Amino acid sequence: MSLSVLMPVFALMTSLLASVVLFALPEKGYRLRTTINLVAAVVKIALVAVMIWGIARGREYEAAFTMLPGVEFVLRADALSMLFAGLSALLWLLTTIYAVGYLEDSPNRSRFFGFFSLCVASTMGIALAGNLFTFFLFYEMLTLSTYPLVVHRGTRKALRAGRNYIIYTLTGGAVLLLAIAWLHGLVGDLRFQEGGHFAGVDPSLQAPLTIIFVLLMTGLGVKAALVPLHGWLPQAMVAPAPVSALLHAVAVVKAGAFGIIRVVFEVYGLEAAEAMGLLAGLALVAAFTIIYGSTRALYQIDLKRRLAFSTISQVSYIVLGLCLFGPLGVMGGLVHLVHQGIMKITLFFCAGNYAETLGVHRIDELDGAGKRMPGTSVAFTLGAFGMIGAPPLAGFITKWTMGAGALEVGMDWVVAVLVVSSLLNAAYFLPILHRLWFAEQQQAWPHERRWGRLETSPWLLWPPLVTAVLLVLAGILANVPFSPLSWAELIVLREVAL
Amino acid sequence: MTLWLMAGLLFTPLAWAVLTLLVDFRMGRAVTWLGILVQVLVSLGLWAAVASDGGFYYLLGGWQAPLGIELRVDGLAVTFVLLTALVAAACGWHASVYLDPGKSWHRYFWPLFWFLWAGLNVVWLGGDLFNLYVGLELISLAAVGLVALGGQAAALRAAIRYLMAALLGSLAYLLGVALIYGQFGTLSLADVTALLSDGTVAAGQTFPLVLMLFGLALKTALFPMHGWLPPAHGIAKSPVSALLSALVVKASFYIAARLWLDLGGHLGGYELAQLIGVLGGLAVIWGSWLAFRQTKLKQVVAYSSVAQIGYLFLLFPLTWGVTDAISLQAQQGITLQVISHALAKAAMFLAAGNLIMSVGSNRVDALAGVSRFLPFSLFSFGLAGVSLMGLPPTGGFAAKWLLLQASLASGQWWWLGVLLAGGLLSAAYVFRVYQASFIDNTDTDHFFHPPKSLEVIPLILALLSLGLGLVAEPVLSVMALPFEGSSR
Repeated sequence: MSLSVLMPVFALMTSLLASVVLFALPEKGYRLRTTINLVAAVVKIALVAVMIWGIARGREYEAAFTMLPGVEFVLRADALSMLFAGLSALLWLLTTIYAVGYLEDSPNRSRFFGFFSLCVASTMGIALAGNLFTFFLFYEMLTLSTYPLVVHRGTRKALRAGRNYIIYTLTGGAVLLLAIAWLHGLVGDLRFQEGGHFAGVDPSLQAPLTIIFVLLMTGLGVKAALVPLHGWLPQAMVAPAPVSALLHAVAVVKAGAFGIIRVVFEVYGLEAAEAMGLLAGLALVAAFTIIYGSTRALYQIDLKRRLAFSTISQVSYIVLGLCLFGPLGVMGGLVHLVHQGIMKITLFFCAGNYAETLGVHRIDELDGAGKRMPGTSVAFTLGAFGMIGAPPLAGFITKWTMGAGALEVGMDWVVAVLVVSSLLNAAYFLPILHRLWFAEQQQAWPHERRWGRLETSPWLLWPPLVTAVLLVLAGILANVPFSPLSWAELIVLREVAL
Repeated sequence: MTLWLMAGLLFTPLAWAVLTLLVDFRMGRAVTWLGILVQVLVSLGLWAAVASDGGFYYLLGGWQAPLGIELRVDGLAVTFVLLTALVAAACGWHASVYLDPGKSWHRYFWPLFWFLWAGLNVVWLGGDLFNLYVGLELISLAAVGLVALGGQAAALRAAIRYLMAALLGSLAYLLGVALIYGQFGTLSLADVTALLSDGTVAAGQTFPLVLMLFGLALKTALFPMHGWLPPAHGIAKSPVSALLSALVVKASFYIAARLWLDLGGHLGGYELAQLIGVLGGLAVIWGSWLAFRQTKLKQVVAYSSVAQIGYLFLLFPLTWGVTDAISLQAQQGITLQVISHALAKAAMFLAAGNLIMSVGSNRVDALAGVSRFLPFSLFSFGLAGVSLMGLPPTGGFAAKWLLLQASLASGQWWWLGVLLAGGLLSAAYVFRVYQASFIDNTDTDHFFHPPKSLEVIPLILALLSLGLGLVAEPVLSVMALPFEGSSR
């Protein structure tokens, strides 16, 4: 066994093993649990960093075995997987730190962190999957491991949200399975491959391939929260803040978006998908989702719900980027996978801080919170400006690249979508910022907790500050090697035969 | 070497049945542990022997058929022998802790347990129709006795009902066997097949085959003949329920499948195959729906068996009139479904028994708080549920994948709906149990914590069922070993 085989296996195993150990730990083993969590997260970052370094220099990492007659289980690290794996490894560490602080003294921590690690293991598997079959394996594992996190509180509301979540995702999973099985029956086991498989495909296959594409997008669209398959997401807000952060920034919605990228790029191939006329419909759905999500966000009074509708809108940028099928547009979509993750996790961390420290859940209760919690509020402000697309933050890079990409291929209407969406983003974020910084505190905080001189627990404060710095750096240093944008460029150059 | 293994395999259960009949519960328990060890080792040995050298015919006592008893020891049979050993060992171990030695009638658990095991091995290895009948009867009678062991009036009622169904099924089967004998003059399945394929005997009527399949389907609780199963499996002691759902119903299905694969091509027909498939599909839908509606935990699990058995009958349409490749795919899928359901359902019944013991009630809504205070017991139940839902990477998923492929390749797309809807419906009843256990309405641990050994056993079974999907290819390759047909 050479190292190139073992690396992806190790990367998957770190969180899988951590999860098994965490389940077995007694509820009281607080220190040990925190140590295991952090060590596993750091080890994973190191493994992913090594693979990123190797892949930049042209190495390949792959492990495979035959699982069923004619079906292989493939773990493979390529440039595209590293985009997602890097994001999830980095944000896992920060979310773990945050979760340790957030769940202090609450029951069921063994269970929580066990499933939390399992969820990250699934995400890693999704990133490293080398064919659709393996992808599906981890995609369903993600569904199962997030359910206990969503219903973690055990309240009636949480259970209802959990039931809704599971109905949406399992039905989506069944549709996806049908599509994958059909595709397999039609053309056999297809590995993800640069440029896809269906360039110049037999015209007789075109009809079934089109139906399969629609089925695939439907199955993946549930997790990516494409309208009208998004209904589970706003409800899943009842989950604890670190879970919402994870669901929205890294795990669930990104798994769907990443799957769409894989299918379009490496199963169908961008050119073939365009030639079959599959992308136009997808672009319309994505554009509609962007506007719809932003519009609904305007009307939410609950902070987390507003962020949830914002997620629905933002994730579709990734999908829309793909549909631009020009190098710049694709780059914009890919880089948003990372940018949206960093920005959204910052916002959710901050929302969690307001809820935990001040007991604030509604936007109209936030008046004057900037004075009470300056660190959190600065991070929130940066995240919000990033989402709006203010230069030089990460979100600006995305929108700029995508806009340029759209003009390059003559899809001017996409620019209009971007502009409208940015205006809507401003319309629902700026009032919050105004309340934070410029409004006077009207009433006592609903449930205030004090941490001496600090505005909140350091476990809760540091993660959003770090991600806020990251989202500034991702914007300013966009052209430095190994920045998200440079990596997206590398993917486009290397993988997408344009 | 294989001679000794065969002798050990066939005679230990019978010898142990007699031995344990003579002693009390505790003594029987000790004796049984030794017997289980022997059986597991012998089964493993036989499986390894066949995996390395291929299958063979074994003539009991060296007598040639038709006088002697001829056993067919092939890859599929030894896989099921090994499966039986694993599941029975787990259930026997569980029962030895779970059953209360204070109740005098519990001592009969051991002899019945061993008779059941003997019958199962006869069925897996049986080469002629009459031996299969003997094995089947042995199983049925032992199983009815085990159900009655529950003790209450309701258990006896369920047992009587089960007995009636089993006897009717046996009768139909026996009648079919007699008609076959009248027509072909032999009881050996291999000889009948040979006579049919070289055209010595004209194909004749479908009726005997239909009669036998009817009897076997009744014993397997195929919809709409499933009425006897949920009361019997629900009321029996948990280790007994596990044995019944995991192994006993599979024995009659196994015979039906072998009859169909050997004779179905000549005596069966498209309509018959589709009819059986439709009944299977209805069983999946109706059984899952009823499982969802149950208020008692073990009834949920029992109705889930009705649903899961339904999948098995998709074998009939998916192997009739299709190419060999598709037929093989379907057979592999069904075999994986048999194995993974056996492991998962045994795990689930044992875990359900533990949960009921812990909360002191058999109702689903009594499970509130279990997830917080008894995560371990719930975990096995949950894992087994994942396999029943057919989600990856479990054996249930591997089975579903192969069946999907077989349905697509044979153009029988209507089974896709059954497979996908069945998965979602089973998710509905499994998640209903999860949901009940996640309700967090108490801060005190008022639950009884069962002994660790009781909790470990279902976990092992559930993990095996989970891992089956990952090692499906090597397992299937042993089953697909060429059968040389030489005698040893």
